Amino acid sequence: MFYREAGQFKASYAEDSQIFPIRQDKIGFWVLMLVFGVAVPLLTNEYWLKAILIPVLIFSLAAIGLNILTGYAGQLSLGSAAFMAVGAFAAYNFILRVEGMPFLVALVLAGGTAAAVGILFGLPSLRIKGFYLAVATLAAQFFIVWALVKFPWFSNYSSSGVVTAQEVTILGYTFSSPEAKYVLTFLIVAFMALLAKNLVRSSTGRAWMAVRDMDVAAQVIGFRLMRTKLLAFAVSSFYCGVAGALYAYTYIGTVEPEGFNLDLSFKILFMIIIGGVGSIMGSFLGAAFIVLLPIFLDNVVPLVFGDALGAGFVSNFQLIVFGGLIIFFLIVEPHGLARLWQIAKEKLRLWPFPH
Amino acid sequence: MQFFIEVLVGGLLSGVMYALVALGFVLIYKASGVFNFAQGAMVFFAALTFVGFQEVLPGWLGLEADSGVVFWLAFLLAFIAMIVLGIATERIVLRPLVNQPHITLFMATIGLTYVVEGIAQMAWGANVRGLDLGIVDEPIAWLMDNYEIGVSKFDLFAAGMAASLVALLAILFQYTKVGRALRAVADDHQAALSIGIPLQTIWRVVWAVAGFVALVAGMIWGARNGVQFALTFTALKALPVLILGGFTSVPGAIVGGLIIGASEKLAEVYVGPFVGGGIEGWFPYMLALAFLLVRPEGLFGEKHIDRV
Amino acid sequence: MARQIGDVIVDLQNISLRFGGVKALTDISFNVREHEIRSIIGPNGAGKSSMLNVINGVYHPQEGQIFFKGALRKKMEPHEAAEQGIARTFQNIALFKGMTVLDNIMTGRNLKMKCNFLQHALYWGAAQKEEIAHRIKVEEVIEFLEIQDIRKTPVGRLPYGLQKRVELARALAAEPHILLLDEPMAGMNVEEKQDMCRFILDVNDHYGTTIVLIEHDMGVVMDISDRVVVLDYGKKIGDGEPDEVKNNPEVIKAYLGTSH
Repeated sequence: MFYREAGQFKASYAEDSQIFPIRQDKIGFWVLMLVFGVAVPLLTNEYWLKAILIPVLIFSLAAIGLNILTGYAGQLSLGSAAFMAVGAFAAYNFILRVEGMPFLVALVLAGGTAAAVGILFGLPSLRIKGFYLAVATLAAQFFIVWALVKFPWFSNYSSSGVVTAQEVTILGYTFSSPEAKYVLTFLIVAFMALLAKNLVRSSTGRAWMAVRDMDVAAQVIGFRLMRTKLLAFAVSSFYCGVAGALYAYTYIGTVEPEGFNLDLSFKILFMIIIGGVGSIMGSFLGAAFIVLLPIFLDNVVPLVFGDALGAGFVSNFQLIVFGGLIIFFLIVEPHGLARLWQIAKEKLRLWPFPH
Repeated sequence: MQFFIEVLVGGLLSGVMYALVALGFVLIYKASGVFNFAQGAMVFFAALTFVGFQEVLPGWLGLEADSGVVFWLAFLLAFIAMIVLGIATERIVLRPLVNQPHITLFMATIGLTYVVEGIAQMAWGANVRGLDLGIVDEPIAWLMDNYEIGVSKFDLFAAGMAASLVALLAILFQYTKVGRALRAVADDHQAALSIGIPLQTIWRVVWAVAGFVALVAGMIWGARNGVQFALTFTALKALPVLILGGFTSVPGAIVGGLIIGASEKLAEVYVGPFVGGGIEGWFPYMLALAFLLVRPEGLFGEKHIDRV
Repeated sequence: MARQIGDVIVDLQNISLRFGGVKALTDISFNVREHEIRSIIGPNGAGKSSMLNVINGVYHPQEGQIFFKGALRKKMEPHEAAEQGIARTFQNIALFKGMTVLDNIMTGRNLKMKCNFLQHALYWGAAQKEEIAHRIKVEEVIEFLEIQDIRKTPVGRLPYGLQKRVELARALAAEPHILLLDEPMAGMNVEEKQDMCRFILDVNDHYGTTIVLIEHDMGVVMDISDRVVVLDYGKKIGDGEPDEVKNNPEVIKAYLGTSH
């Protein structure tokens, strides 16, 4: 009833190409930003911030990264976690080894390092496609984690290979409380999500999607395959790298290379499948879903089945639910939660009329 | 020199085991165009089911645990379980996804991996179990005595099993009606359908056969390293083999397996020490990748020309 | 007619193309003059599409030379062909299925857009101005081809005839010098064919775009072409003005077969 675009006329192409062309969406978006940017850190407790909200934001960023590569540019990657690892360890080393390195600069450099590594592992995409490429990205996954473990320089010769992230200080203010870390993460993720949205709705994004949908036609129309694919690898890895650095600095604090294993890569892949392949908003929905689901199951399964089944049962049950959901979404709604949201909006526009 | 040969032979023999897992991939890929990431999980599932039945059957039937009846009954039941799994997969996962992009099917099999792992552990528990096939893992005395080359009896046995399995499959595909139908399906789904080949039946057969291959692979791997979750990683070992050999070629899977097995062992022994060891995890991938840059279609794959 | 046929703009000399042992094209020479409508006809499998693929660099012939605007082009890649002003449509529609009509046509402008991806990410100032400037150009094409009402529809949802039109729009958005059309009217009904003919003639007339056309409808070909080249089994069997070609005994043989 209130969600109507009637009476909102676009008088210029600039107005027509906004991110939220409908006024109600725009209002809704800013309300959401205020809620998550201001109200949430003021009102929620430490558990919610540390265990749910911060990881959701960070994984959203990683999912955006993978979505750029897989959802927009059509290059399936099974190695996103490795690029997060590059970001995390690059940030650690930049801050450790460069005197007075500002945190935000280190973050950009960490992303840049991941991007460089991403380009390197993206090179095979120029010759191979599809699963062949997916398998090639596994090489990145195994090689990078191996290299971070085997060369102790990366972890500053810490005996266990575990590194502890330094304090996060920006302009003299130290982000130590969960609230402060949350707000910082929120601002960075929101800003980068905006940049990603801009990229995918511009000529760069069209180039990616063109290569995804039909690479020969994309070339014939003048896109350079090499440049387009490598840029997708670079930008994607940059996002994963920054997500990895945030993972270390504002989320868990201590990281080891093996934490960024294949399972994590799959988890990020699941986020974009469930959230929506080729959708920035879907990356957020998928990340929230995948972070919340185990917590939900942990709490609900014992209630339903009783405690007798034990922790092993719950974790196996989780595996089955995860896998089952992936299959379910691929079959029923390949465009994920983002598409469901869109359908709901279309229905809402017409409500209470059926057509 | 002896040492080199020893490493080489050991590598080749373990390569046979990779080939065995890769074979399951090739079968399914050829028949249904599905790159079945869950093959590793199926190996785990099969081995665990076999061992699980071996444990419970003596109690149920009042037999000695080490009797041949228990062994073969457990084998049969595990095979039946694999058939059921194959049929269920076809019905629940593949049929609704017919005509979807290959990548979608591939991601669905990643989901399937989780489900199969979950079910296996839920049914039989997550403990590591031993599996005894009655062949000891010791060097062949004759080779040791005369040439001082250590080659494990077990490895040789495994290689023999793999070879006979490949021969069996080759006969099956070449000379039976189902085999012919299967090759037709592999060539062109639509055309096969149009001449009345029941696509879904063929898929079920293929998944069942792949399940059988997984069972054999699982038993051999399990006997070697214990039946445990790590068996699912055999799939990760098989992927570079497939890249090398091509996704559609049975000989490719065998040759690819041998090359990967031999080169990774040689690399570990001769290159590993210089970079800190543990390169087995990624070396096969890098090798396969380097190879792909030269020949993107694999050793035995066909060159693909884009028609526009 | 206002347009004036100019000099030779594309000159193909002794082109041979093989796939493994299969000869797709054998020793073919012909040229295209500026502003003309040049048709390629021939039975199925004659090598017509391969010919277009050679012109815009999708295939590289093993033998022969291609001169484009007088310069020898060796191993030209498709994107280089695009930079030279060659645009094309495909026999089996090659639209970007996941994108809207508008985005598809916008891709046609990509070579004229100069902002880099960092500017795109910020979508501020130059990048936004550029996007809107090109949107205006694209809207002209949309209007010209009368597809305003489907602007924001994903192309996958459109019927065949409209998809063909969108593909033409995408090619036109690039403001090409040479437009290669691979069976633009295949599978269309009479009305749609008439519309398409009108668009092709208009493009040729208004913008002076040189057009190389593959088409099976002989009525259309003979009506709108300036010159026609005929291929059969990868060999050239006829070349000339429509009337000449129509009476060429080789061509009649290829199309009707010989009576014994």
